[in-house]
Amino acid sequence: MATLEIKDLHVSVATDDGAKEILKGVDLTVKAGETHAIMGPNGSGKSTLSYAVAGHPKYEVTSGSVTLDGENVLEMSVDERARAGLFLAMQYPVEVPGVSMSNFLRTAATAVRGEAPKLRTWVKEVKAAMSELEIDPAFAERSVNEGFSGGEKKRHEILQLALLSPKIAILDETDSGLDVDALRVVSDGVNRFKASGETGVLLITHYTRILRHITPDFVHVFAGGRIVESGGSELANVLEAEGYVKYTGAQEAAGV
Amino acid sequence: MTAAVDKPHSHGAVVPESSRAEWFTSFDVNAFEVPSGREEIWRFTPMKRLAGLHTGVEATGSATVEVDAPAEVTVETVERGDARLGAAGTPADRVAAQAYSSFTAATVLTVAKETQASAPVLVTVTGPGAGQVAYGHLQVRAERFAEAVVVLDHRGSGVYADNVEFVLADGAKLTVVSIQDWADDAVHVSAQHASIGRDALLRHTVVTLGGDLVRVSPTAAFADKGGEVELNGLYFADAGQHFEHRTFVDHSQANCTSNVVYKGALQGNDAHTVWIGDVLIRAAAEGTQTYELNRNLLLTDGARADSVPNLEIETGEIAGAGHASATGRFDDEQLFYLQARGIPEDQARRLVVRGFFHELLMKIQVPEVRERLEAAIEAELEAVGV
Ligand SMILES: Nc1ncnc2c1ncn2[C@@H]1O[C@H](COP(=O)(O)OP(=O)(O)OP(=O)(O)O)[C@@H](O)[C@H]1O
Ligand SMILES: [Mg+2]
Repeated sequence: MATLEIKDLHVSVATDDGAKEILKGVDLTVKAGETHAIMGPNGSGKSTLSYAVAGHPKYEVTSGSVTLDGENVLEMSVDERARAGLFLAMQYPVEVPGVSMSNFLRTAATAVRGEAPKLRTWVKEVKAAMSELEIDPAFAERSVNEGFSGGEKKRHEILQLALLSPKIAILDETDSGLDVDALRVVSDGVNRFKASGETGVLLITHYTRILRHITPDFVHVFAGGRIVESGGSELANVLEAEGYVKYTGAQEAAGV
Repeated sequence: MTAAVDKPHSHGAVVPESSRAEWFTSFDVNAFEVPSGREEIWRFTPMKRLAGLHTGVEATGSATVEVDAPAEVTVETVERGDARLGAAGTPADRVAAQAYSSFTAATVLTVAKETQASAPVLVTVTGPGAGQVAYGHLQVRAERFAEAVVVLDHRGSGVYADNVEFVLADGAKLTVVSIQDWADDAVHVSAQHASIGRDALLRHTVVTLGGDLVRVSPTAAFADKGGEVELNGLYFADAGQHFEHRTFVDHSQANCTSNVVYKGALQGNDAHTVWIGDVLIRAAAEGTQTYELNRNLLLTDGARADSVPNLEIETGEIAGAGHASATGRFDDEQLFYLQARGIPEDQARRLVVRGFFHELLMKIQVPEVRERLEAAIEAELEAVGV
């Protein structure tokens, strides 16, 4: 059973005024079959956490550990992490001009699966996955994310999730920019991914609306670069009602 | 865009010190002073490596010109002084004038009016050999409503300067691909002149892959209204190579369109590329539509790309004019995204470079040429392990 274990993670980014610490000791364990929601105010470090786990070169881990099934993730290159079973659906998916979506998907699937998928079954597989996400087949010939609307980009992130079937998926604000219909389509996609019970999900969001489609087992409040409170799905409702003031206020007080 | 460091050009293109409208031109080499290298048009060129082309070196050999043309295309070899020569344009620098003053025989290809060439015309120019100097002249004539594709394939060794002319009569459609795939020692300075008739269309693509110093100057001038020109370029410079492309679109007629897209990749120490994109919209050229773009991808340290768009506008009545220029390294965000999907770094880099050139490759409508270029780009990437 897959387990992602994050222990006392400290992460900095380089700025003009030197290194700036953003994550200040994150502890979190996500196991297969579990869905964790991370909620927190803007700028609290949620994306930093997801980028650091995925290995983005801009983020430097200064201390702490990240392991996947006991393997040291921090020693792996970005692509090794993906092949080991980590997936990050990005808040802002990147445009890659001149590289067609179909070429990209096939190259990624080949890398992750360790062999090129058989062409005939692959075409069917992609078609089916696209239609489940209500993506027009014409997107296959377009450049990766280029000129896609915000919602189209998010659907394609979930398309990649479906085709690459990782062990642990981190979804960074996949709900933002989605209208009601798209939210349902994308949530259904995530739920299909969860259905086997053999995968873990870490869902980062601002709002509870996606949690009405994807039920979390745990909710964590993220503020000031760390998890400040954890609970069950009921915690989401408290946050919905009360907002993050309590936590941001506490953080400011602690900072004085 | 793949460039991480976009040079800000939003302040507008550089307006050259002297207007393109006032540039001196002549068929006679002696009308030009020997350039020192400090002149605006020579300042990027390593003059020492020109092998004397700018100081009057005489021909010591000759280039071999082989033409493979379908029956509809007339192929002639003519003497200097043939009245048709020089119709598309006049040399605007000393090396072009030297070539014009020095060639002994010219090749003239004619596509008769209202004729469509059934296959691409392939012109293979092989250099005079290492240490040898040669001058050449080629003219392609597309008569009224004629259509053809011409591929110029430059290869081999030596020093070669030439003028290439494209004369497009009214309604003609000409597609040209000029490939410079020279051996490492070669020096090639080529002035390519196009005269574009009423409602005629020229698609001109320069592909520079090999040679020590290659300097190609495509100039497009409109002879009448409604013409359209695409000047495309693709170059891949390795360590020590100097590839320079100077495009000039002279809008002197109303309602003409020009589109310039040049893209280059550079790798290795002292790989140097230069793109100068001059566009002149004269007072009479109302309704002009023009756009020019240059992008350079620096694959390694030690390479340098210069990029200068020059836009001069003498009339307010234009349909649109724009330009963009950017030079940068690999976009780390693109690499990260591809790698985050499991794609190994070297493969991710290749995808990004191929993607960078993709738009230009798709414009090359000759499948054989496109495939050859794709393979050449793969080989370039293979060579440095990118
Ligand atoms: N490269 C960087 N240079 C400087 N500061 C950075 C950099 N990257 C992130 N930060 C800062 O780190 C903090 C956390 O950013 P992060 O994107 O992780 O927040 P977030 O919780 O995901 O916010 P949001 O809810 O808006 O997505 C912010 O204050 C941000 O400005
Ligand atoms: Mg974020």
